[in-house]
Amino acid sequence: MSNKVMSVSNVSKRYGAIQAVDDVSFDVYEGEILGLIGPNGSGKSTLFNCLLGQTRPDNGSVEINGHNASGLSPSKLNKLGIGRTFQQLSVFPEMTVLDNIILAGQEHHGSMFSRLFGAPDAGLTPEADRLIAFFRLEHLRDEMAGSLSYGQQKLLDAAMAFMAGPSIVMLDEPAGGVNLTMLGNFKERLRTFNKEHGTTFVVIEHNMEFVMSLCTRVLVLANGAIIAEGTPDEIMNNQMVIDAYLGG
Amino acid sequence: MEQFFQVLLSGLATGSIYALAAIGFTLIWQAAQTVNFAQGEFVMLPAFFLLAGMHFLGMPFWMALIFGLLLAVFVLGFLFKRVLVDPLLKHGGLSLIIATMALAILMKESVKEFYSAEAQPFPEIVPNGSWDISGVIVSLTDISHLFISAVIVIGLQLFLNRTRTGRCMQATAQNPGVAEILGVNVKRMVLYTFLINGVLAALASFLITPVYLAKFSNGEYLGLIAFIAAIVGGFNQIRGALAGGLLIGVLDNMTATYITAEYRQAVPLLLLIAVILFRPQGLLGTSEGREA
Amino acid sequence: MMTKRNMWLLAGLIALILAPLGQGNYVVYTLCSWLIFSMAAMGLNLTLGYAGQISLAQSAFMAIGAYTTALLTLPPAEDGVGGLGLHWLVAMPISVFAAFVVGLIIGFPALRVKGHFLAFVTLAFTTLTFLVLRNEDWLTGGTYGLVGMPRPDFGFFNTGKQLRFYYFTLAVFVVFCLLMWGIIRSPWGRAFKALRENSIRAESLGVDTRRITLLAFAIGSAAGGLAGSLVAPLVQFIEPGSFALVHSLKMLLMVVVGGAGFFFGPVIGAGVVILMPEFLRFTEGYYLMIYAATVIVLIIFCPKGLIGLGEIIRNKLRKDKKVRGDMDKGAQL
Repeated sequence: MSNKVMSVSNVSKRYGAIQAVDDVSFDVYEGEILGLIGPNGSGKSTLFNCLLGQTRPDNGSVEINGHNASGLSPSKLNKLGIGRTFQQLSVFPEMTVLDNIILAGQEHHGSMFSRLFGAPDAGLTPEADRLIAFFRLEHLRDEMAGSLSYGQQKLLDAAMAFMAGPSIVMLDEPAGGVNLTMLGNFKERLRTFNKEHGTTFVVIEHNMEFVMSLCTRVLVLANGAIIAEGTPDEIMNNQMVIDAYLGG
Repeated sequence: MEQFFQVLLSGLATGSIYALAAIGFTLIWQAAQTVNFAQGEFVMLPAFFLLAGMHFLGMPFWMALIFGLLLAVFVLGFLFKRVLVDPLLKHGGLSLIIATMALAILMKESVKEFYSAEAQPFPEIVPNGSWDISGVIVSLTDISHLFISAVIVIGLQLFLNRTRTGRCMQATAQNPGVAEILGVNVKRMVLYTFLINGVLAALASFLITPVYLAKFSNGEYLGLIAFIAAIVGGFNQIRGALAGGLLIGVLDNMTATYITAEYRQAVPLLLLIAVILFRPQGLLGTSEGREA
Repeated sequence: MMTKRNMWLLAGLIALILAPLGQGNYVVYTLCSWLIFSMAAMGLNLTLGYAGQISLAQSAFMAIGAYTTALLTLPPAEDGVGGLGLHWLVAMPISVFAAFVVGLIIGFPALRVKGHFLAFVTLAFTTLTFLVLRNEDWLTGGTYGLVGMPRPDFGFFNTGKQLRFYYFTLAVFVVFCLLMWGIIRSPWGRAFKALRENSIRAESLGVDTRRITLLAFAIGSAAGGLAGSLVAPLVQFIEPGSFALVHSLKMLLMVVVGGAGFFFGPVIGAGVVILMPEFLRFTEGYYLMIYAATVIVLIIFCPKGLIGLGEIIRNKLRKDKKVRGDMDKGAQL
């Protein structure tokens, strides 16, 4: 196996009487596409929020590229090389597509000072254009993000997560609400990006077909704990997983 | 020493009235995430309803009192919620706050134009006079204010904790989603909260106005004190607002008597800034939801 | 080629140059105060319209600017309150800087806490400022205020006359707009906007929310300081009452009425608050009432203010003419 880029140790989170995440540990390796699946209420969203600085876990630690990342704010995590998408639409509706993408990269360029007195686009237009082209959004470059269709906004959301050249991209339900044609296109883009840049992905997803065809490794969560781990094929034939889904 | 007790008592008396306004402010903050910047004007206005009842409609005092109370509940509770809060809630807190600021100006200017720009004498509701208890002059007015406020606060607590409606209101304030699932009529509970705020504002108005005289600009200071009491005590609980109100009443009186009259108003403000700096959850506050 | 927007801007500028010609002193004075309040409101727009925080301290920052400028430019006095007799060009940057620093100092603790604490802290600050101005008469002249601030003299251009002072104010206004425009289109401005539209997303993209909000507030405060620095020589008489809380509220409403988050929204808002009463003299005391009621109606039905209202009307008129070019392509994605 290649290098560890993220290492999660003993993360737990309790809400009142509910143990949402129960002592979860796993590693993420460079270049892989890791799927995180589980029935509703299995704790995957809570786990994601703990990893991404949105929620403070009760205990446990997270290490990213060798740095201790426990308790860091989302913006600090981003600086450490984590890009993410959101389950709900998360673009800046009254900014153009180009501005959305530039924003996603600008905080990684120059200083506070140069961002006030330097170039308005922080010199990022060419790079942003490349990314826009990669996600096939060229014809929408100067449209307001809010005027895009749902699927296009999902693509833009993903593009923003990639802009700063992250080492890990965390995708929260990327397939949710996206139509089939678009989904195929999206999956193909993600895989290409993974191949070309070696970026690691962690994907939370309901859509089993999407996960199984995209991911290289899958973790299954049930009742806040990891119950299975393996390649998509292994997972699909795992009796425990089938029970968890059908029983839960 | 005698003076100290007198100042303390009258501070507590005024503070208990501040607390009524602060509790109302806290209640609607909990129920509808509404930061009501017009709360001070809500306390200013009912006094004028009462005066209008007496002078324009020729009502006797007790009838005008009931008239003022009912009108306040209708206008400051029902209309405020239906006309201003409901349509704005979906735009988010910012629009709502600004709208309540505009409302404050509107109420103030309306009273100034339609009633009077001059301070109006206002009938004292509670008995005058004083007792002399071994050298300490105890003002009957202060004692009555304290007593009436205490009755109101205890009554409110009993209502919230002991009645079904009250408990439903608490559930709504803590978690509207869950309350809805449990079969609580959330919308109705929120409306009740606004009506209660109307009652509290009216009662505070009738108690405090004899002290200050009825003036259109009364709300400026009262509103400020209500926020400060609510924040200092702990933004999301009734006993916080109560403690905050009493604390500010006492501090205010103590400063005016012993330190400086010029900077009297500055003391609550400095207290506010200190609390936000060092204890943003308030003196009694927890980061959790409401504790009644 | 000249874009449509630039043509509008040029037309606006020409209108501003021509506006005071042939008018009496009072009208010119009102126009000056419109421009000055526009600057203060544009600064506040950065805090409210872009960073989404309520500040009720803009009048206090104007007070800081006005009193600093007054004390620095007034001639030294033999008795009573006097100044240092410096030139406005020296006093102005100091005033602006003072407002900026005070903005940082009061914004920092308030913005540590989530929620609308800045509104409360600034509310308290404005009232405190008022009390200090009123009570510390050795420095501020107390309730009598400060009188007779000199209007700047640039040698070749003395701004003593009302019309000249107007052009001086207009020049400052234009420079100010250019600076603000620079900030808005810089990465900072982009971060401000991102914060307003989706702060959680902005944070996940590396935007340090707290720092950016604080900067937006401090820059907005500095604009208040600049406005104050111009008020002192315009009115030549400042007293605590001119900077009371109600003026902060008025400025906040200017921003909302014009259209929070629109660059020139506050200019329109300031026009409504400062110029309209002159046309609506017949409403007398009811003006502020009518105004407040209008604001409420506007917030309920058109939260984007007058500029937003204009846009809605324009879109309604154009609705059928323009079909989005990308619609058919978009469907494929």
